Amino acid sequence: MESKDRPGSGPGPGRLLPSPSDRHALPGRLLDSERSLAFLLLAPAVAMLLVFIAYPFATGIWYALSSVRVGDAGHFVGLQNLIAAWHDSIFRTALRNTILYTFWANLFKLILGMGLALLLNHPFRGVRLVRAAVLLPFIVPTVLSALAWRWMFDPTFSVLNWLLYHGGLIAERLPFLSDARWALWSAIAVNTWRGTPFFAVTLLAGLQTINPELHEAAALDGAGSWKRFWHVTRPLLRPVIIVVVVFSIVQTFSDFQLVYVLTGGGPANSTHLVATYAYQVGIGAGLLGEGAAMSLFMFPVLLTVVWSQLRHLRRLEGV
Amino acid sequence: MTVERRWRRWLLVYLPLAVLIAGLLFPFYWMLITSIRPDAELYRSWRSPQSAPLWTLAPTGQHVLNLLTRTAFPRWLWNTLLVAAASTGISLFCGLLAGYGLARLRFPGAGPLGIGIFVSYLVPPTLLFIPLAGMVRSFRLGDTPWALILTYPTFMIPFCTWLLMGYFKTIPRELEECARVDGASRFQAMVRIVFPAAVPGVLSAGIFAFTLSWNEFLYALVFLSSPEKKTVAVGVISELVRGDVYFWGELMAGALLGALPVALVYSFFVEHYVAALSGSMKG
Repeated sequence: MESKDRPGSGPGPGRLLPSPSDRHALPGRLLDSERSLAFLLLAPAVAMLLVFIAYPFATGIWYALSSVRVGDAGHFVGLQNLIAAWHDSIFRTALRNTILYTFWANLFKLILGMGLALLLNHPFRGVRLVRAAVLLPFIVPTVLSALAWRWMFDPTFSVLNWLLYHGGLIAERLPFLSDARWALWSAIAVNTWRGTPFFAVTLLAGLQTINPELHEAAALDGAGSWKRFWHVTRPLLRPVIIVVVVFSIVQTFSDFQLVYVLTGGGPANSTHLVATYAYQVGIGAGLLGEGAAMSLFMFPVLLTVVWSQLRHLRRLEGV
Repeated sequence: MTVERRWRRWLLVYLPLAVLIAGLLFPFYWMLITSIRPDAELYRSWRSPQSAPLWTLAPTGQHVLNLLTRTAFPRWLWNTLLVAAASTGISLFCGLLAGYGLARLRFPGAGPLGIGIFVSYLVPPTLLFIPLAGMVRSFRLGDTPWALILTYPTFMIPFCTWLLMGYFKTIPRELEECARVDGASRFQAMVRIVFPAAVPGVLSAGIFAFTLSWNEFLYALVFLSSPEKKTVAVGVISELVRGDVYFWGELMAGALLGALPVALVYSFFVEHYVAALSGSMKG
C-alpha cells in the first residue's frame, strides 16, 4: 500500500513544469530542505517516545537485574529476580492465567464480533443508533464497567443469579467471583463483553469495503450463505482480522484494570494476571526490581506477536 | 415466499441482534437502576421473596447527591478533563507533524522510524509502569497532573501519528504542488494548505486520543496519591470503597457520570469512525 505511491509521485521537478530559472536549483534545494524539515517535524514525537518509552524501558531492564526497592537504589544481581519469579508459584499461576485469559477472550471476541458485524451489515431501520449503542461497552472506561460487573456478580445481591434462578436455569447460586475455578472465567466473560464491540465495528468497516458483486456472483454460482462467508468474505477480511486480533492480543495479554477491579487477583491469588501480580509485588510491596522482572516476562511474548504480524502483513501486501 | 423470507429474517437477523444488544447494554441499565435505588432495596438478598432487582418503585436521587456533594467527584471529573485535554493537545501536535513527515517527505531512515513509532504503540503501560514510577519520583512529578500529562502521550502519539499519516496519504499531492508552483515554500504549503485539509483526520485522532486518556487507569493509580488529585477511575475505586464496604449506589452513579462524557463524544462520531476505518482500509 505504502510503496505504491512513492516512486514518481513526489513533487519532482519533471512533473511540475517549474519555471526555467529554478529548474536546476530545485532538486538539490528540495532534498536539503526535505531532510531538515523531516528532522524538525519528527523531533517532538521522537523525543517524547525516547524519554517516556525507550528510557523507562531501559530502566526497567536495569531494575529487573538489580535489587532496587523503594528508597534503596539497589545493586546488580543478575538474573536472580527472573529466576525467583519463575520459581514463585503465584507468578506461574499468573502467567498461566494470562495465557488462558488471552486465548479464550480473543477467541470469543472474534466469534461474537464477527457475528455481530455480519448482523450489523444488514440494512435495517435504526442501524445507526444500534451501531452507536453497540460500541458503548468499548468506549466506557474499563474500570467503571468492571465495577458494574463486580456488582452484578456480587455473591449476596447478584442480579445475574436472580435472573438465572428466575429464568429457571439454575437451582443454586453461582459463585462467580468467590470460587477460584469460576473467577477467571468470569473475567474472561467481562473481557469478551468489553472487546466484542471493537471487533464488531472494525470488522464491519472491513465488510463494507467488500464489493457486493462478488457475493452476487458467488450466489449465482449456487454458493449458500455459509460458503459465501467462508470463500468470499473470510479471505478478503483476512488482513483486517489479523490487525484486530493482534491489537487485541496485545491489549488482553497486558491487561491490568479489569482483573484489578473485578477480583484484585483473588480469591487466594487465583486470578492474578502477570500485570496485576507485578503491580502487587512492585508497587504494593515496593519491590521494584522483582516487579519489573515480572512485567518484563510479557515482553518476549508481545514482541513475537507484533513481529509475526508485521511479517505477515508485509507478505500479504507483497502478493 | 416473501412471508417465509421475512420469518427467516426475524429468526436469523433480528432475534440474535436483539439478544446480543441486550447483553451488551444490560450493565449500563444496571448502573442506572442501581444509582437511583434506595439502600433498603439495594441491600436485599437476591433470594428474598420481595427482591425485584430489575426496577425500583421508590427512585431516589440520594446517591447522586452524595456523590456530588460528599465526595471529591466533581474535582476528579475536572482533573480527568484537564489531563485528557492537555495530553490530547500534546499528542495531536506531535502526531500531526510526525504524520506529515512520514507520509510526505522522503528522508533516510523514514521506514525504520515509522515502524519504530508503530511498535511503540504496542508497548503497553503494564510493561513500563514500575520504571516510570521511579522516573516520576525522581523528577518530583508524583501526585501532580504533569505525571499523567507527560506520560499519556506515550500511547497516544503513536496512535495519532499512524492515523494522521493514513489521512495525509488520502489528501491529493496536487493541492500542495499547486501552492508550491504559486510560490509557497514547502513549510507554508504544509501549514496553510495541507493541515486545514486534514482537519477531519485531526478531529477523529483527537477524539480517540481523548477517550484513551479518559480510560487510562494504571498510571493514574500509581502516580497519584492525594484524594483531590485523582482522576475519575482511580477516585471512584479508591475513595468509594472502604475496606470491604462498597458504596454501590454512589459507585454506580459515579460510573455512569464518569462514562457519560466519552459516551456522548463517541455517539456523535460512530458513523464517522466506521467510514474513516473503511476509507483507510480501501486506501
